[in-house]
Amino acid sequence: MSNILIQLEDLTKVYKVGETEVQALQGISYKVEKGEFLAIMGPSGSGKSTLMNIIGCLDKPTSGKYYLDGEEVSTFDKNKLARVRNTKIGFVFQTFNLLPRTTALENVELPLLYSDVHPKDRTALALSALERVGLKDRAHHKTNQLSGGEQQRIAIGRALLNNPSLILADEPTGNLDTKTSAEIMNIFTQLNRENKITMVMVTHEPDIACYARKRIYIRDGKIIREEIGREGCEEKK
Amino acid sequence: MNILRTTRVALLALSRNKMRTFLTALGIIIGVGAVISMVSIGEGAKRGVEDRFNSMGTNLLFVSPGSHARGGVHSGAGGYINLKPEDADAIEKQCDAIKYTSPAVNTRAQVVYSNKNWNTSIQGTGARYPEVRNWELDQGTYFDENQVKAGAKVCVLGSELKKNLFEDEDPIGKVIRIKKIPFRVLGVLKSKGQSGGWFNRDDMITVPYTAAMKRLMGVDYLSSIDIQAVSMARTKEAQTQIEELMRIRHKIAPGAVDDFEVRNMSEIAEGAAQATGIMTILLGSIASISLLVGGIGIMNIMLVSVTERIREIGIRMAVGAREKDILLQFLTEAVVLSVLGGLIGVFFGVGLSKVLKYISIFSQFKTVVSLQAIIMAFAFSASVGIFFGFYPARKASRLDPIDALRYE
Repeated sequence: MSNILIQLEDLTKVYKVGETEVQALQGISYKVEKGEFLAIMGPSGSGKSTLMNIIGCLDKPTSGKYYLDGEEVSTFDKNKLARVRNTKIGFVFQTFNLLPRTTALENVELPLLYSDVHPKDRTALALSALERVGLKDRAHHKTNQLSGGEQQRIAIGRALLNNPSLILADEPTGNLDTKTSAEIMNIFTQLNRENKITMVMVTHEPDIACYARKRIYIRDGKIIREEIGREGCEEKK
Repeated sequence: MNILRTTRVALLALSRNKMRTFLTALGIIIGVGAVISMVSIGEGAKRGVEDRFNSMGTNLLFVSPGSHARGGVHSGAGGYINLKPEDADAIEKQCDAIKYTSPAVNTRAQVVYSNKNWNTSIQGTGARYPEVRNWELDQGTYFDENQVKAGAKVCVLGSELKKNLFEDEDPIGKVIRIKKIPFRVLGVLKSKGQSGGWFNRDDMITVPYTAAMKRLMGVDYLSSIDIQAVSMARTKEAQTQIEELMRIRHKIAPGAVDDFEVRNMSEIAEGAAQATGIMTILLGSIASISLLVGGIGIMNIMLVSVTERIREIGIRMAVGAREKDILLQFLTEAVVLSVLGGLIGVFFGVGLSKVLKYISIFSQFKTVVSLQAIIMAFAFSASVGIFFGFYPARKASRLDPIDALRYE
């Protein structure tokens, strides 16, 4: 049993914008081990969102191979990708992306609607996920009545629901203040350490990126640098 | 996602915006309601016509003089004056498919009793008229064969005429005057009700046809012969027998045009029922257009709803919804909308049909709510939902998850 969760081999992605072709990714090769905490950094337009979408099985590479948990998902069709997203990946977005006018519980339950989980078990699972993010008492609140931090915790609860091997966070603290950001990052760290969930996070805030054990920097569709541990973080303290 | 779960998700989504859900379904509610109430008016009219003909007797036949042409000029039906009482006798005696005949003549005259008078229709009939016309007496007796032979000055009143001349007084045995000739009242016929709005069948008086011909009109020919066949099944046979006999009696060469005409009531009734059937179809199809418009309303709102919920679709896709799941969700929403609308519409339509008779301009229509119309309208509304829900649902399912998630 390999210890590699994500294996990217020479990934490229080409977008067509009108007549011109945009090279969003130009040959990315990288490996992420199980239980890793990785931050992807880079300026806007560097291709980090594209990379994120491909890792999240929302998009397919133009060429190259992507193995997730030993499966070559770059060959999967749309339906199979949806299945992978449902069972292996949890998403956390900058804008939380919760359903409006819907209770916290219903939001957390959402992934289970598309899985084989029995309706009776759904509520119990959703409640325990809410408990893990410390929001069990808010289960029946509508999402628009909650604060940003609470909304993001609900989103994390939703991401946790199917016991994913991977949580993908796209600028998870982008819309939050410093204190709430720290709370969210602590939840991530805890999930990573205690539940051995692999975390991949896109951010352009260096102090947020420093919660991760590894950081890669992307520019013009290529990985230009990799940092491990507290490298480059010390002077911030 | 199975159907139950999809329906639950759809119901949840619809309940998040109740006002819009109601307004969207309103088109279907009105459409289904209109179809059901319109068809029930049509069915009611049809039933009314059928009842009316049944009350006249469906095994009824009429012989009337045909139209005659001389030098290319047609006189129109009834131009001949060759229908004689003897023809009626011969038909009754020689055709075995026939039970009774009743020769008929008619005219109009002023009828006078004490200080009241009334202009009414005078029907000269045979003694079997009540049997032939399936018409019972309210009181008294009808005149018999002997009185007919003698041309007796006796009469039977229609209920409307009785009311006008006698009010609450007992008319039996009283003497009234028709064209100044005294007639003794033998009985009163039961009310048959309005027949067409322009002709009240109860506003009439019957006298022996012999008396009408000799004393009131001074003619020796009949205007028609009313005939009752032995049974409804044998009306066709009766018609053939009458035609054959009449051709012999009137010495009509083979191939020549008949100088008489035989019609039977079931044919006339069928024709009338067909006409009202066409009316029902017409009303129903006009109302279906509103159902169609309701469907387009659903499509419209579903399209708006898809655009409004692009982000939601993106989220659902991100957590693992497949194209099929999204398609099914939006399709189910449309179907739930139209089925709910259809259900409410059924109640609305049935209620409207019941209430309609209390509104004065519709009061003359009986309405008959037909199960067939309900099922049809309901099934149609459900398929309208599928048909018009499909395009928006497909649009939703074809969205790219990345674009959908980023949509502002």
